[in-house]
Amino acid sequence: MLSYILRRIVSTLPVMAIVALFVFSLLYIAPGDPAVVIAGDQASPEDVERIRQSLGLDRPFLIQFGSWVWRILHGDLGTSIFTNLPVSTMIGQRLGPTLSLMMVTLLLTIVIAVPLGVVAAWKAGSLIDRVIMGFAVFGFSLPVFVVGYMLAYIFALELEWLPVQGYTPLAQGFWPWLENLILPAIALGCVYIALIARITRATMLEVLQQDYIRTARAKGLGQGGILFIHALKNAAVPIVTVIGIGIALLIGGAVVTESVFAIPGLGRLTIDAILRRDYPVIQGIVLLFSFVYVLVNLMIDVIYTLVDPRIRY
Amino acid sequence: MSEKLLSIDDLHVSFSTRRGMVEAVRGVTLAVEAGEMLGLVGESGSGKSVTGFATTRLLDSAGRVTAGKILFRGQDVTKLRGDDLRQLQGAAMSMIFQNPRAALNPIRAIGLQIADAILTHKRISKDAARAEALELLHAVQIRDPGTRMNAYPHELSGGMCQRVMIAIAISCNPALLIADEPTTGLDVTTQKVVMDLLADIAAARGMATILITHDLGLAARYCRRIAVMERGRIVEEASPKALFGAPQHAYTRRLVAASPTAVSRIEDLVTEEEREGYAAIVSKPRQELAAGTPPLLEVRKLAKRFDQGAAAVADFSMTMAGGESVGLVGESGSGKSTTSRMICRLIDPSEGDIVFDGQSIGHVAARDFHRSRLRKDIQMVFQDPNESLNPRFTAFDCIAHPLLRLDGLRAGNELRQRVNECAERVGLPLDLLPRFPHQLSGGQKARVGIARAIACRPRLLVLDEPTAALDVSVQAVVLQLLDRLRRENDIALLFVSHDLNVVRMLCDRTIVLRNGGIVEQGESRALFDNPKTDYTRKLVEAIPHFEAGPALAAAL
Repeated sequence: MLSYILRRIVSTLPVMAIVALFVFSLLYIAPGDPAVVIAGDQASPEDVERIRQSLGLDRPFLIQFGSWVWRILHGDLGTSIFTNLPVSTMIGQRLGPTLSLMMVTLLLTIVIAVPLGVVAAWKAGSLIDRVIMGFAVFGFSLPVFVVGYMLAYIFALELEWLPVQGYTPLAQGFWPWLENLILPAIALGCVYIALIARITRATMLEVLQQDYIRTARAKGLGQGGILFIHALKNAAVPIVTVIGIGIALLIGGAVVTESVFAIPGLGRLTIDAILRRDYPVIQGIVLLFSFVYVLVNLMIDVIYTLVDPRIRY
Repeated sequence: MSEKLLSIDDLHVSFSTRRGMVEAVRGVTLAVEAGEMLGLVGESGSGKSVTGFATTRLLDSAGRVTAGKILFRGQDVTKLRGDDLRQLQGAAMSMIFQNPRAALNPIRAIGLQIADAILTHKRISKDAARAEALELLHAVQIRDPGTRMNAYPHELSGGMCQRVMIAIAISCNPALLIADEPTTGLDVTTQKVVMDLLADIAAARGMATILITHDLGLAARYCRRIAVMERGRIVEEASPKALFGAPQHAYTRRLVAASPTAVSRIEDLVTEEEREGYAAIVSKPRQELAAGTPPLLEVRKLAKRFDQGAAAVADFSMTMAGGESVGLVGESGSGKSTTSRMICRLIDPSEGDIVFDGQSIGHVAARDFHRSRLRKDIQMVFQDPNESLNPRFTAFDCIAHPLLRLDGLRAGNELRQRVNECAERVGLPLDLLPRFPHQLSGGQKARVGIARAIACRPRLLVLDEPTAALDVSVQAVVLQLLDRLRRENDIALLFVSHDLNVVRMLCDRTIVLRNGGIVEQGESRALFDNPKTDYTRKLVEAIPHFEAGPALAAAL
């Protein structure tokens, strides 16, 4: 098992290398001279030249790339052009809110979506099934910002149950932290709940058709035992896959959600960095997100082997 | 034992489908006494399995008992609900199924799956349930049961999976066991072992058994009473002796005729009225090949090794003349399918050569063989007509495809004519050609598969268990069709099968394979009548068929 995980980690290295190359090329893919791009509209030719030299843009591409990677491997993501702070420090400050939002959303989604999907499959064709699937289509079709503003209006402004926006670190208490995250998590999770509920239902329906479910019934097992011991675990592999793919969705959604609810997270940082053309920060964030995504995929592969003994490692 | 354990009275079962209600069982009346083994025989669609599922209350949600009663120990099963039903299922009455590997949860250790059944019905600790599960694995004669407790279904053979299913079924000492095609898909030798085990366990525990099967021979070997079902009704109920000796109902007569026995010939497989046309073809003498005619196919020291070392096939050599039929038999894992696929050039041999019509083709990569002009000459008919037809191709497309690809025909009149010819050749009505596979019956699909294979007028047809998925009456027709193709069109047949009765009828010569090597070969009838090796003898003896031997006669 350990050697399998190690092998998988090694096999992610090329992926990370390609991602790094792509991220690094961002600067060059953007139209125009990178130094001019960075310097902005009002820079004098001297400014541009200074930036070019300070960033080493006058050196050959591959050498620049090599030294960039070398610095990253040593934990140096560069310095923000705008704030002059190290990128790693900036990301570090913003990591907490975003991770909190993603974790709460993920948890909320799984806790809501999987049981909904199971119930819908169990009662396939019934009113309950149709209500759940109707909700799924609804959740699917609404953009995050619409849901976000609607929730904020209803639950924060009108009912005053929850704060409108903002973020409180976990260090200041569990409830204050959670209180601020509930609405954003629901807004962000909507699409995701719909997606996973649908996948769970579809996979469960297929599994419930299988011969071994009939065997379980023949043994006299109760409905709960059939659904959760025999069916859900067999349906787990596709569900886990979609949860993993969904994390990519979450990353994108977090950017918008953080804007709507004024959460000082990586999403906000990303938007700010893009607006300011702060390339080192953009590169740092994209690299981090890619790394997280590769890591999630690795975790999913490991979960596969835990769930299904037929998958060999 | 006059008291009835189970009595089914005028049972009707309907299924709601897109085209309205379809009645699958139309008035079955049946009784089972405690401890007896009853055979319920019929072809697919006869309603035999549905009767079984209705009795154990495992019908699909679309199925409904519309009339009739199922009295089990005086209690009407069809009216049970909730806990009463669960006390019955798996406890007083249990069931084993056709495809044992699919019937077990693939991701749960088999020990746990047996323990599940025990824990559902007995209030004992998990450890005690585990201990009982271990004992049951002993009882079903699984070797090294301690280790097997933690095994998963994919790590066991089909026969072993069925033993595990039996262990689950008998775990709570049921009074009635319903076995739905328990050995279909298993090797003959495995079938015998599993059925013997089942019969022993049933006898030892005084458990009544309903054996649902399409195999009349199997039912005759193990049951004292057989009920024959056709289209939702029981048409005849009798002892095996009476059934084989003097079948009363027309359907039973046809079924008995179509079931191959140790002595039947291919022309015997239909009832006497239908036999006439065929006799003329069979009686026509084969034209002798001139001496010194080179063989059509020569296989030299063929071997195949898959990734993990051990050879699937080793040192396999054979020759075939044009128009000859050769049987390739053996248990699963004996390498017969691998061999046939190599000869068909679908997979590459690791060693050896294949010479077809004087041309070496063993070294042409399987990937490129479709470009060889010999591709037309070697065609294959696959095992499962359901799985081997593209669901998006109509019967016409399916037969036309090889003509377009290999014969260079273009869409048009000539193509249509050739496809029609092929369809007529295999007895496929032309109005079925625009249909998709799911709109055809099993036998019709088998014909499409054969029509596709003969479309380019091959000289060698490799058949991998072409009738294994078919009902006996359809099998009879398909076998006659193949035999006729061979006799009339001089197509050589390489027939891969585990059904020795079929091979004996269809093939001039037979090669017996075991663990990838040839054990024995020779003229079919001689080989089966007088096997030289223990292995072949075991295979032959395992074929279930009705024998009015003294043992059974005494029991009747």
